[in-house]
Amino acid sequence: MSSARGAREAPMNWSGGVAPLGMSWQKLMMWIFIVTDGLLFAGFLAGYGFARTGARSWPDQQEVFHLWFISLMTFVLISSSATMATGVAAARVADWKKVANMVLATAGGGVSFLAMQAYEWGSLIRDGVTLGTNPWNVPAFGNYFFLITGFHGTHVLIGTIVLATLALRVRARKTTAAGVELAGLYWHFVDLVWVFVFTLFYLV
Amino acid sequence: MTQVATAETPVHEKQSFLSRYVFSTDHKVIGIQYYLTGGLMGVLGALLAGLIRLQLTWPTTQWNLLAKIFPTGMEGGFMKPEFYLALVTMHGTIMIFFFVSLALVSGFGNYLIPLQVGARDMAFPFLNMLSYWTIVPAILIAAASFFVEGGAAGSGWTAYPPLSAVPSAAPGSGLGQTLWLLAVALFIVSFTMGSLNYVTTVVNLRAKGMSMMRLPLTVWSLLIASIIALLAFPALTAAAIMLLFDRHLGTSFYLPAGLFIAGKVLPNTGGSPLLWQHLFWFLGHPEVYVLILPALGITFDVLVPFARRPAFGYRVTVYCLVAIAFLSMVVWGHHMFVSGMNPLVGEFFSIGTLLITIPSTIIGVNMIASLWGGKLRLTSAALFAIGTISFFGVGGMGGLFLGNAAADIQLHDTAFVVGHFHFMIGGVTMLAIFSGSYYWFPKMFGRKLSELLGKLHFWMTIVPFYGIFATMHFYGLAGAPRRYYNLSQYAFLEGVRWMPIVITVFAFTLLAGQLLFLVNLVRSLWAGEKAEANPWEATTLEWSAPSPPPHGNWGENEPVVHRGAYEYGNPDAKEDFVPQTVPALKVPAHS
Repeated sequence: MSSARGAREAPMNWSGGVAPLGMSWQKLMMWIFIVTDGLLFAGFLAGYGFARTGARSWPDQQEVFHLWFISLMTFVLISSSATMATGVAAARVADWKKVANMVLATAGGGVSFLAMQAYEWGSLIRDGVTLGTNPWNVPAFGNYFFLITGFHGTHVLIGTIVLATLALRVRARKTTAAGVELAGLYWHFVDLVWVFVFTLFYLV
Repeated sequence: MTQVATAETPVHEKQSFLSRYVFSTDHKVIGIQYYLTGGLMGVLGALLAGLIRLQLTWPTTQWNLLAKIFPTGMEGGFMKPEFYLALVTMHGTIMIFFFVSLALVSGFGNYLIPLQVGARDMAFPFLNMLSYWTIVPAILIAAASFFVEGGAAGSGWTAYPPLSAVPSAAPGSGLGQTLWLLAVALFIVSFTMGSLNYVTTVVNLRAKGMSMMRLPLTVWSLLIASIIALLAFPALTAAAIMLLFDRHLGTSFYLPAGLFIAGKVLPNTGGSPLLWQHLFWFLGHPEVYVLILPALGITFDVLVPFARRPAFGYRVTVYCLVAIAFLSMVVWGHHMFVSGMNPLVGEFFSIGTLLITIPSTIIGVNMIASLWGGKLRLTSAALFAIGTISFFGVGGMGGLFLGNAAADIQLHDTAFVVGHFHFMIGGVTMLAIFSGSYYWFPKMFGRKLSELLGKLHFWMTIVPFYGIFATMHFYGLAGAPRRYYNLSQYAFLEGVRWMPIVITVFAFTLLAGQLLFLVNLVRSLWAGEKAEANPWEATTLEWSAPSPPPHGNWGENEPVVHRGAYEYGNPDAKEDFVPQTVPALKVPAHS
């Protein structure tokens, strides 16, 4: 990979080139990725809206979900965004010990969120809700519920793995403030998606 | 051309064959890999088209030779219906996703973007390599689907459910359809990585002095196409995931209640096949602009050096490209006029679609105006670029009929549509690939393609192409439907039976004509006339690097840009062109 590194560093060592948006290409790329990934969720949510508006009936969320529990899940995830932001701020002033703790706390938030979601899935499955069928005879409900929360859960899982790796790298002083910021961007995005999922699936 | 002297860049050490030509991170090698892979798939797609023509023209003839090549699909020398549908599906899929996307957008895009913006490489060369090596399995999976039980997918390149969602619906709806979905999903992953790289490179890695309004139009068009791709592809990803769920995990996203397939009622309820059409065309329509915008950009870049005039209306062209990109995202419904749509919504999509003709016409007129009063040099590249304008105009005229909901209800799913989109995403893009090939081949390989063969190739392409697809418009007006396996039984087509024969004769002439290009490519790689750094006396940055450029593109002196992309016919300059790298002081001010 020496050739790759050579070519990659070349533009950096080079006085030419401007960054019109005032950001590095890594950050720009992360932003573009977030937009496309967000549009993927938009596709799912649009399909969900399409099915929901076309459905003759829809299960009452008050009965189906433990809404207080879901609110707790949401609280945990949003709090993890706060710890992440603290970590990014600490990285800017090179307080690496704090960064490691905050990133680890964020990853912990991710793990608890996943555990709570597993519990929620489990209780729904015990009630007879599966991907294809459910007691209310609205297959679209189970279809979209497991698809969308499953996809979001996968994103949280990936984010948690990234954060755990990042925490190790911070301990070993192998990362930069920019690296922490990139992971932070992704994590905030995952949280933001949850806000939409929470609103559109559980509240509306 | 002082940069030529310092050819070898100090940044790179010696590389093995494998890391230099196979797993290379050099954007030029990746570009050529894409170009050749795309070309190969183009040949494959063209052969499938030949088989389709045979069936459509002589549906009752026995082909003993073909029975030996396709023992299952052509059993006894007669084409099976499911094999015909697989051919139609795979021809479309291969041509759109694996020929034009690869050769035009990924091939020229990777090769040209860093060279034209003055960067040493893409923003992330490793991601670039990964994107190429993701497309290879996609192609292998697509090709392998011909050999699985039931054959390749048969639901068309649009993969409408329920045909694509119920494995028992048709022979091609089985494993073949699953493999099709996987291949397309891998394509999207690969194309997304490519687009991320394009946008980031163009925005962040431009050379000093290369402002956005100094970019060549090829770069502009690729940038806009990449943005559209990034915004549109996720919809298909989402749709494809849901389709896979429907096929294998028992969901009913696309399956309504009461479907009666293969002798039994399906248990699914609550879904809607319309959802797929919306999600698919939300990608599908922008996708044709992902292909056609770079074709237009390349056409400008090729036309201008041979007309020896600046591109007419550069800024307006850029604005029009942006306008088309925006409009292309909100007109997907015009593919669904007969799917069951509120007439008011149809009105919205009709008006949006017809609005696209305004920026498109401006671009077309700008192309023609770029030729006006120029000192034309009619090389093969220039001929193909002029041919592109003519296809763009003629294809666009057909679009007026189809974009109008009232006319489309009559013309939907007829050969008229086939004729129309072959002029646009078939013809415009193919001619742009050819004009780009004749134009940039000297840069890629350091030798020119033969002009004599090139001109022959041009006439052997443009005449049969009009013969095929103009005739198809009239065949469609006469009522001939597309995708049908056997049209010989319909009495209302008696008066136009000669049309498919004419089309097929021209089709095989077109195929034969392309052999000239293959011969030209191979011959010129070894025996072509040697080309210096700037054989066409062009102004853009890629011509300031040696031919072929070394890894890193420029030696120690990176180019610095002092002027716009197309300074031709400057009365103050000694020659009639001023490359972008020439500082202002070197050209004496007009007195």
